[in-house]
Amino acid sequence: MVAPVISARSLTKRYGDLVAVDGIDFDIEAGESFGFLGPNGAGKSTTMRMIAATSTRTSGTLTVLGMDTNSHGPEIRAQLGIVPQGDLLDEELRVIDNLVVYGRYFALPRAYVKERAEQLLDFAQLREKRTARVDGLSGGMKRRLTIARGLINNPKVMLLDEPTTGLDPQARHILWDRLFRLKEQGTTLVVTTHFMDEAEQLCDRLVVVDNGRIVAEGSPSSLIRAYSTREVLEVRFGAGRNEAVASSLQGVGERLEALADRVLIYAADGEQALQRVLDLGLDPVASLVRRSSLEDVFLRLTGRSLIE
Amino acid sequence: MSADIRFDTSTHTDIGKVRRWGWWGVVEHRALLLRSYWTTMLLTGIGSPFIYLLGMGVGLGVLVDGGQGIEGVPYLTFLAPALVMATAMQVAAQENTYGVFGGFKWANTFTAMRLTPMSPAQMAVGFQVSVLLRVLPMVFFYMAALWTFRIGEPLRVLLLLPLGTLLSLAVGFAVMAWVATQRDERGQLSFVERFVIVPLTLFSGTYFPLDTLPGYLQPIGWFSPLWHAAELGRTALYGAPMGAWEGVLHIGFLSVLALATAMLSMRTFRARLDD
Repeated sequence: MVAPVISARSLTKRYGDLVAVDGIDFDIEAGESFGFLGPNGAGKSTTMRMIAATSTRTSGTLTVLGMDTNSHGPEIRAQLGIVPQGDLLDEELRVIDNLVVYGRYFALPRAYVKERAEQLLDFAQLREKRTARVDGLSGGMKRRLTIARGLINNPKVMLLDEPTTGLDPQARHILWDRLFRLKEQGTTLVVTTHFMDEAEQLCDRLVVVDNGRIVAEGSPSSLIRAYSTREVLEVRFGAGRNEAVASSLQGVGERLEALADRVLIYAADGEQALQRVLDLGLDPVASLVRRSSLEDVFLRLTGRSLIE
Repeated sequence: MSADIRFDTSTHTDIGKVRRWGWWGVVEHRALLLRSYWTTMLLTGIGSPFIYLLGMGVGLGVLVDGGQGIEGVPYLTFLAPALVMATAMQVAAQENTYGVFGGFKWANTFTAMRLTPMSPAQMAVGFQVSVLLRVLPMVFFYMAALWTFRIGEPLRVLLLLPLGTLLSLAVGFAVMAWVATQRDERGQLSFVERFVIVPLTLFSGTYFPLDTLPGYLQPIGWFSPLWHAAELGRTALYGAPMGAWEGVLHIGFLSVLALATAMLSMRTFRARLDD
């Protein structure tokens, strides 16, 4: 059996009294696209920083590419591509210079870095912005530049912390496409996200994290199978009425979640469930049948919505 | 459609090379940033030495030399090496206040380097070397002015370069060690300039020999890197008398200050960059 690229056992990080990461275990295999899905403050970014060996763990074990993160930070980062949440680009420098300067921190030969930077400009679709200053780029462009920067050293593993947070839908799709290409070429991707669609798009396997703990693990589809029904019926009864109506909907589906703005009815067949709602003489203002998503899994596991 | 990225499996990060040369990346990075300021640098670089030396020489110098100069040399000759060192100190301090603070907070320089195999210690050292990119041109322009005004012996003028370097490292690391501990900017960064650099310039025997100060103010000079550098500069430039042990003391003070504050800076960088 091939040793995992990243392996954590009872991994814990405390900041004073606050337990940010509370004894988690996971293994990430080579070539896999692995996700940490959870709301803000769940401990995802802290975990990423520990993997990048820029944050010292409080206890437990963590190895990346077979090396202990507490003792081999530089050796580990030499083989990682890191895309931090805040980009951390040098806004005063030109686009191309951001790539070159960064490559030199890996002590890579100047000629090599320059050639690679040009290739990465194409990959990140930033060719026409080559000599533009970074502070004039859009959010999506900055994000792509950050990903390009992370690729300068031919990393075996890419760490992407909230890769598309703050981007518009089109920019997100361009970015996902770039990440797919990396995955196809065998790069191991480790992604944190609080977007269920991103997790579904990008991850072969993921862990759902909440309050520093892993509450479930599996592929997106297996998690949905395990923790939700095939379909979901969303019905809205108008402001303030949803929770009141919910009691009379018991038994319509397999399970029911009453939210402030709508009631979710979990059922194998959403249309059939809707018919039963109408048969009860209830008249929803709006209704929608959709497939179950990771959002539903999260709601089921934690009783809360991902984006609050 | 754009090209896909080719994966070159032959080139990988050589960690040994990073350990030896990583700091040089900081120097290259900062050199690129200076590129947009080079006209300003050139103008102040050429302008200020000439204005200072001319003003002091034809103004204050005439007044002082009306007596008989200082230490047997014209006032301008006495003043020049100290002015060069004072400039080196000012530039080093300035770069290390906003440059270092900004590297953590505004420009992301250190926080981004943290994502690479660079160690925090290398960042501190690399940054300090990069400060010389600002300090040494200033020293050089002063040297050119000294040659132009025929102050000091032409060859001995060259000695101001290594002295300026040593002073820049000592002052630079000292300021860095403090600035790196500062989390928020509430105006305290400008204290360095106003309450440290300016007083040091005034009480370090820059404009007059230290022993003309009342005895209780002289200790400021003894602990001032500028005084030690200025004394060395005077001996270097025109052979101001200095005992061998005095020389050792001056160089020793600056070296120990540079080394001790360098260690302190590296420790602070390490602590600050571990989150």
